[in-house]
Amino acid sequence: MKNVKTTEEIALGIRRRVFEHCMRNNGGYLSQACSAAEQLAFLYNEALKLGDPTLPMIPPPFGGVPSAENTTYVTGAGYNGPFEPQFDRLFIAPAHYALVAYATLIEVGRMAPEGLEMFNKDGSSVEMIGAEHSPGMEVHNGTLGIGLSTGAGLAWGRKRRGESGEVCVFMSDGEVQEGQTWEAVQAAAHHGIDNLWAIMDVNRQQCDGAMDSVMTVGDIATKLRNFGAVVAEIDAHDLAAMRQARATPHDGQPLIILANSSPTKGMEFLMRRFPRLHYVRFKSDAERAEMNIAIAAELGIEPIKLGEH
Amino acid sequence: MEMVNRPYAAAFESYAVKNPEVLCLSADLTSSCEIDGFRDRHPEQFLSMGMAEQNMLSFAGGLGLAGFRPFIHTFGVFLYRRPYDQLMASIAYPRRKVRLMGFLPGITTPGGMTHQAIEDISVMRTIPNMTVLETGDATEVEGIVEAADSIDGPVYARVLRGSVPRLFKDPMKVGELRVLSEGSDVLVITAGITTEEAMRAGGALAKVGVSVRHLHLNTLKPFDARAILDHAASVRYGVITLENHLIAGGIGSMTAEAMADAGMGRRLIRLGLKDTYAHGGSKPYLMRYYGLDAMALVKAIEDLTGQQTGIDEDALDSVRVDAVHSAVKAEAL
Repeated sequence: MKNVKTTEEIALGIRRRVFEHCMRNNGGYLSQACSAAEQLAFLYNEALKLGDPTLPMIPPPFGGVPSAENTTYVTGAGYNGPFEPQFDRLFIAPAHYALVAYATLIEVGRMAPEGLEMFNKDGSSVEMIGAEHSPGMEVHNGTLGIGLSTGAGLAWGRKRRGESGEVCVFMSDGEVQEGQTWEAVQAAAHHGIDNLWAIMDVNRQQCDGAMDSVMTVGDIATKLRNFGAVVAEIDAHDLAAMRQARATPHDGQPLIILANSSPTKGMEFLMRRFPRLHYVRFKSDAERAEMNIAIAAELGIEPIKLGEH
Repeated sequence: MEMVNRPYAAAFESYAVKNPEVLCLSADLTSSCEIDGFRDRHPEQFLSMGMAEQNMLSFAGGLGLAGFRPFIHTFGVFLYRRPYDQLMASIAYPRRKVRLMGFLPGITTPGGMTHQAIEDISVMRTIPNMTVLETGDATEVEGIVEAADSIDGPVYARVLRGSVPRLFKDPMKVGELRVLSEGSDVLVITAGITTEEAMRAGGALAKVGVSVRHLHLNTLKPFDARAILDHAASVRYGVITLENHLIAGGIGSMTAEAMADAGMGRRLIRLGLKDTYAHGGSKPYLMRYYGLDAMALVKAIEDLTGQQTGIDEDALDSVRVDAVHSAVKAEAL
């Protein structure tokens, strides 16, 4: 698809859109938009080779789970384009980033803005925790740690078939607490799966608070290298660094970009909530109104008009 | 009785070489699952995944997404206990064509609790989209590869290994139970290694005039409730299930559900492990200790019919005792 916006513009658009959504709905995965906006904007606008969407701009309602009888079942991967050998495939491993991923699809013209109004509504495919049938999703990743393994299997298969398209996994740093992540890196390195790369949102936050208070994970880069990955470490909000990291040679090994991010980037007012940033819900109308004015100003927009939401 | 050495090894190799989209995955139990020869002769179709079952299952899901049909080889218990979430999310939900080859079903290992898949049928049959197969002899082991690969979706198979008796001539057909005898007193339903036990008791029971209708199942899900009910309706006293599994959730439960759903008021005796783990030991020892053998079946028949048969151990066909250490098994486990 033709890029009509810069990646910076898309990242700003993601933050604005997620902020607006969270304001209207009295909460949401706001911090994830802060930390990951550049990463997802970079993936869709620059890094990934994707074909045009194969699914309608306005997501269809939930169409049933996979079964032998559900012959029309499709995943949400159609928003990333068709499964063709030359195109890349993307997994969003932390499925709770779905709100940010949907906002990205809208900003890059792959989903209609109305799609986000269906977020977490009964009967909708635009689920709160991205499901396999949700826009932009190809597999279930709701439990953390399984995305990289599946990506590695798909990448091995694509390599065996001689497909030029690669497999990219968007990861979260909390996933390194799961043993499976290390099994996946180990297997990808052992089998020389170098058409696999990942970008990890290292925001040092998890559900219970700051990672260091919940479960220290040590030096992620050294650990990943020791398990066999090529690692690049960058400032997650520096797109030039991101481009350079993506170009890191990684023959015979998977590439993992550690994107060190701020969980409040672009919405510094949220620091008041630190370290409880996993799901931001406003504690009072006063707090909501105060945040609306302060963060809107940071994002360069008018405060959101709060209706009956 | 003809014994066949390592029937899976030859069957898998001959099928896989003809089907390049079939991949052979192993989690460090390659010779224990009889695929070491395949690994050596067809390395391009073999993937060593190490002792990392969680990754292996999700990885296999990714291979399925890429259009391959991975056969995962490990002990059955390692396919669902540790990586249950991965099994659900990466294989079962998206209906990937992943073939889970579970060796050492039930008590067929002296490995004790950690190695004994005694609740696998119960777990696997409750997973939507999953097909569950079980092998009862060498012919079924030889047929399990093609049978599993014929399924449009994920499959879990209980596979026998090592020195396996040949009980049947005809290859297994998914969904078709075997009618081994057509008696009119008692319906006996078995699967896997318990079929041989019921056959051991067959001659002695016939001599004392008990007419047994014996069904052998190799397809546990989908469960052919209609056929089971028809057979159950045709016998005089009731039904006995005998399984290498807990009686909760296995073929005894499935039979009970079928009968209850149909409102069939017949007696049912379920033989198998009764809310217990097993411990390590030889197959004949464990089968006797836990009441999964021919003598347990005879006693249940006496209970059901209210008649003493007078059959004792000596009247039964002899127990086949495999060597604990044998050339056809990689280790005694």
